[in-house]
Amino acid sequence: MKYTEEHEWLRVEDDVVVVGITAHAAEQLGDIVFVELPEVGDTVAKDDEIVVIESVKAASDILAPIDGEIVEVNTALADSPSAVNEDAIGAGWFFKIKPDDTSQMDEYMDEAAYNKLIA
Amino acid sequence: MSDLLHTPLHDLHVELGGKMVPFAGYAMPVQYPLGVMKEHDHTRTRAGLFDVSHMGQVIVRGPDFATAARAFETLVPMDVLGLDTDRQRYGFFTNDAGGIMDDLMFANRGDHLFVVVNAACKGADIEHMQAHLAGVEVTEITDRALLALQGPSAETVLATLDPRAAEMAFMDVATLSLNGAECWVSRSGYTGEDGYEISVPADQAEALARALLDHPEVEAIGLGARDSLRLEGGLCLYGHDIDTGTTPIEGALTWAIQKVRGDGGARAGGFPGATQIFAQMADGAARKRVGLLPTGRAPMREGVPLFAGPEGGEQIGKITSGGFGPTVGGPVAMGYVTRDHASIGTTIYGELRGKRLPLNVTKMPFTPANFKR
Repeated sequence: MKYTEEHEWLRVEDDVVVVGITAHAAEQLGDIVFVELPEVGDTVAKDDEIVVIESVKAASDILAPIDGEIVEVNTALADSPSAVNEDAIGAGWFFKIKPDDTSQMDEYMDEAAYNKLIA
Repeated sequence: MSDLLHTPLHDLHVELGGKMVPFAGYAMPVQYPLGVMKEHDHTRTRAGLFDVSHMGQVIVRGPDFATAARAFETLVPMDVLGLDTDRQRYGFFTNDAGGIMDDLMFANRGDHLFVVVNAACKGADIEHMQAHLAGVEVTEITDRALLALQGPSAETVLATLDPRAAEMAFMDVATLSLNGAECWVSRSGYTGEDGYEISVPADQAEALARALLDHPEVEAIGLGARDSLRLEGGLCLYGHDIDTGTTPIEGALTWAIQKVRGDGGARAGGFPGATQIFAQMADGAARKRVGLLPTGRAPMREGVPLFAGPEGGEQIGKITSGGFGPTVGGPVAMGYVTRDHASIGTTIYGELRGKRLPLNVTKMPFTPANFKR
């Protein structure tokens, strides 16, 4: 698992990367009530705003952490956005991306470094 | 946040884990560890305790109530003189253009008027009253906190401290003895639920709050849930849904102007902006505040521009309050639209992140009001 400073997590599964936000980020955002996801087949560039999360308090943008193609999105979040609060690193995942260049992940933190960031 | 004012309950908020944010010059809890959604639900199903001590509490006193009431009627388009003893009423200060300077609650306390105004406006409101109310004394009460206990269990809970609480009807006012403190209590609030607002001496406020929170039905509730509760209740947030640029007619608050103060009434006019307000009451306003229910799942918040159709066309209005309504289970909003789009059932469109998404003009409140009539 890798972590960004934007509080996203990235998990490599075969040739795709699963992306979500951390439990810490979900807690900071508060109760999440709506998630707008990209479309399967979208080609995205690192730092594109591709997900909008609405909590009871405000809307936040989630950036694409790497270049690639969106190959799957978590459609279950349409009906149960609260999964992001309840299980941020499991059922609360956002999208799977097929990376153009896996070396883009090298800059991201490991768990120890991320835990230090949020401590 | 060092230059922010603290309410008498500040230390208690911090102790309870409240997330303190700046609001109208005060450090206030936006939420507690329970979170906005659960705090909202708790208030709708049981009882929530809110600290609203940042609001202004003012006594207007003349040689007798009638003198104070007649003076107050020069600033508000409400029937003040006809308000019975120990009854409360909703009102607002108007300006010379017919706009709303602040909305407020006022009560007849026998020999004086007790007025509660919004935190952000209280300085200006008090100056306004002191400048324009002749022959009466206007005193800001700074040694009292203000608590709100709201929700279906509020009556049972408050009656454990003083059984007279249960005898009060909606908008009744009484002096109760709560946990040893002399409290000025009204059966009202701003959540769309039954409940009470409690003015308590500042040095006894924390003990009273703890006594209420000791009750298993009661949780502390922050400003976040207060906002979603009042939004579902169709209630205006001053500075957002109404302001100096909106008239009572535009704001759909004409109901709050009693007949006796309206055009042709026994005490017609005599308040700022009466001419403009009467003209709009007769002819209607060009725009109106309406309830808006997005048909999709995406919340539409303050500032979202509104259009008649799914593409093109001129803007017909904008959202002034919006978000997720936990009891509704989806997004809710209110805003202003031109009068030809203000009928219940009209479908209009909000532009969100470059997309036009439909909303239906809907009757408010979004959740049924549970007042004790």
